[in-house]
Amino acid sequence: MVHLTQVIGEDVSTMHLCSKCAAERGIETEVAVSHTPLGAFLAAMGTGSPGMAAAAATGEACPQCGATLDDFRASGRLGCSDCWVTFERPLRDLVRRAHGATKHTGKRYEAIDTLTLSATEQRERDQMELEEQLRLAVASEHFERAAELRDQLRVLRSA
Amino acid sequence: MIPDGDMPWLDATGPDSALVLSTRVRLARNLKGHPYWGRNSPEDREMIAAELADAARTMPSLGNATMYRLDAVSLATRRWLAERQLVSRDLAGLDPSGHVRSAAALLLGRGAGAVINEEDHLRLQGLRSGFALDAAYDVTERMDREFGVRVSFAFHPSFGYLTACPTNVGTGLRASVLIHLPALVLTTEITKVLASLAQVGLTYRGLFGEGSEALGHLFQLSNQVTLGKTEAELLEHLGRMVRQVMDYEHRAREVLRQTAAVALEDRVWRAMATLQHARLLSFEEVVNVLSGVRLGVTTRVLPDYPLATLNRLLVLAQTAHVAQSFGVRCDAESIPELRATMVRRMFEEVGRP
Repeated sequence: MVHLTQVIGEDVSTMHLCSKCAAERGIETEVAVSHTPLGAFLAAMGTGSPGMAAAAATGEACPQCGATLDDFRASGRLGCSDCWVTFERPLRDLVRRAHGATKHTGKRYEAIDTLTLSATEQRERDQMELEEQLRLAVASEHFERAAELRDQLRVLRSA
Repeated sequence: MIPDGDMPWLDATGPDSALVLSTRVRLARNLKGHPYWGRNSPEDREMIAAELADAARTMPSLGNATMYRLDAVSLATRRWLAERQLVSRDLAGLDPSGHVRSAAALLLGRGAGAVINEEDHLRLQGLRSGFALDAAYDVTERMDREFGVRVSFAFHPSFGYLTACPTNVGTGLRASVLIHLPALVLTTEITKVLASLAQVGLTYRGLFGEGSEALGHLFQLSNQVTLGKTEAELLEHLGRMVRQVMDYEHRAREVLRQTAAVALEDRVWRAMATLQHARLLSFEEVVNVLSGVRLGVTTRVLPDYPLATLNRLLVLAQTAHVAQSFGVRCDAESIPELRATMVRRMFEEVGRP
C-alpha cells in the first residue's frame, strides 16, 4: 500500500494505491531511492564520519557567522561561506560521500581574493590533500605511491 | 505582463520535442562576505539584492530584465510566477504560512533569469525548448561570467563554488530535462529505469517536484552530483542517459503498439474526448489527460495537434493562470468550470480532426 499526498496549487489530494497501481503511476515502491542524499548523510554523520563527530563534540563555531556543526546537522544548510573553511575536514568527508570526489574540477573563478589563506591554513589544506591521495593510493593498492605520500606527509607534519 | 511572453521554452520547437518538453540549467552562486539564508539579516538580504540588481543593470544578458520583488508584488503575481516555475513555491511564499522572505527577488529576461535570496544568494537559470542541454547551459554560463566580473563569488580552491547545501557545491550546476514517458509507465518498466538512474549519479522528480511523480507521466531527470566533474562532463553524462531513456520509451511504445494497440487508442481518444467535452476539470485531470493526448499525437493515433498547445496548457490550466485569463479570484468556486471552458476553446482553436 502506498499513500501518496500531492500538493498542486492550492489542492491537496491523498491517494491510497496498491503497489501495482503505484508502479503504473510511476511511483517507486520496491527500490528505495533517496531523493535527498543529504538526509542519509546527515543521519550517518554521527556514526560514519569520525571527523564530523569529533568536530561536533568540540562545539566549534564558525567565527564569521557563529554556526556550529549541530546547526548544520539540524538544518542541512551551512551558515556562510566561511563555514566551508571552519568545518573543512568534516565537510570533506561529507562531500566525498555525496559526490564521490572532494576536488572541484570544473570552471574556476578568478577573483579568489575571496578566501585568502594564511600559511597555516595552506599547510593544513596541503596536508588534507595528501591524506586524501594517500587514502586513494592505499585503496587502489599503489603502495609505492602510498609510501611516497606518507613521507611527504611526515615532512609536512614536522614542519 | 511578464517578459517571458509566450513561454518560448514550451514552444515545442527544440530538439526531440516529441518526448522532451524543456531543458533547464541552474547555477548556484553566493556572494562573498554575506551569510547564507537562515543566518543572514533582512539588511544583509537588502544589500545582496541591491548588489546583484546593480550588477545586472550593466550586463548584456540581463540589462533588459524585469525585476520582481516577491515581497512587494501581489499574491496573484507570485502564484503566476510559481506556476511558470520561475520561482519556487517556497520563495513565492505559497506555503501555508504565506510568509514572503524579505528581499527575495526574480530578475527575468527572455528564457533566462536570476533568482535572488533563495537558499543561495543567486541562482541563475536558463530555459530552452526541447532537449537542449548545451544551449540552456550557454545562456546560464553567460550570465555567470557577466556577474562574476561585477561581484565577488565565494569560491574555494578545492570545493569550488560554495553553496548553502553541500549537495550543490562545486559546479553549482543542476541541469534537468522535462521528459514525457507514458509508455514506460504503462508497461511498468519505469521503476527499473528510474532506479538505474540513481546508480549513475542522476535523480528524478515529478513535474511539480518530489511526490508528484504520478502526474502526467512527466519526469524531470537531472544530475545529482555537482562536484568532481566538469560542467561539460556533467552535461554530457546527463545527455547520454536521457538519450538512453528516450530509447527505452520508444521501445516501450513499440511493445504497446504490438500488444495493446486498441487499448492504447482507446486511452488516447478518451483523453481527447475529456479535453474537448468536459465541463468541469481539475488541474490534475488536465495534466493526466494531456499525457494521453500527447501520446496520441506523437504516435500518430491522433491528428497533428500542435505540441506547443499541449505544453503550454501545463502552465495555462493552473489556477492562477485560469483566474487571470477570466478575471476572477484564484479562490473562485468557478475555477474548474472556467478551466474546462478554456481547455475546450483551445482545442476548438487548434483545429478539428
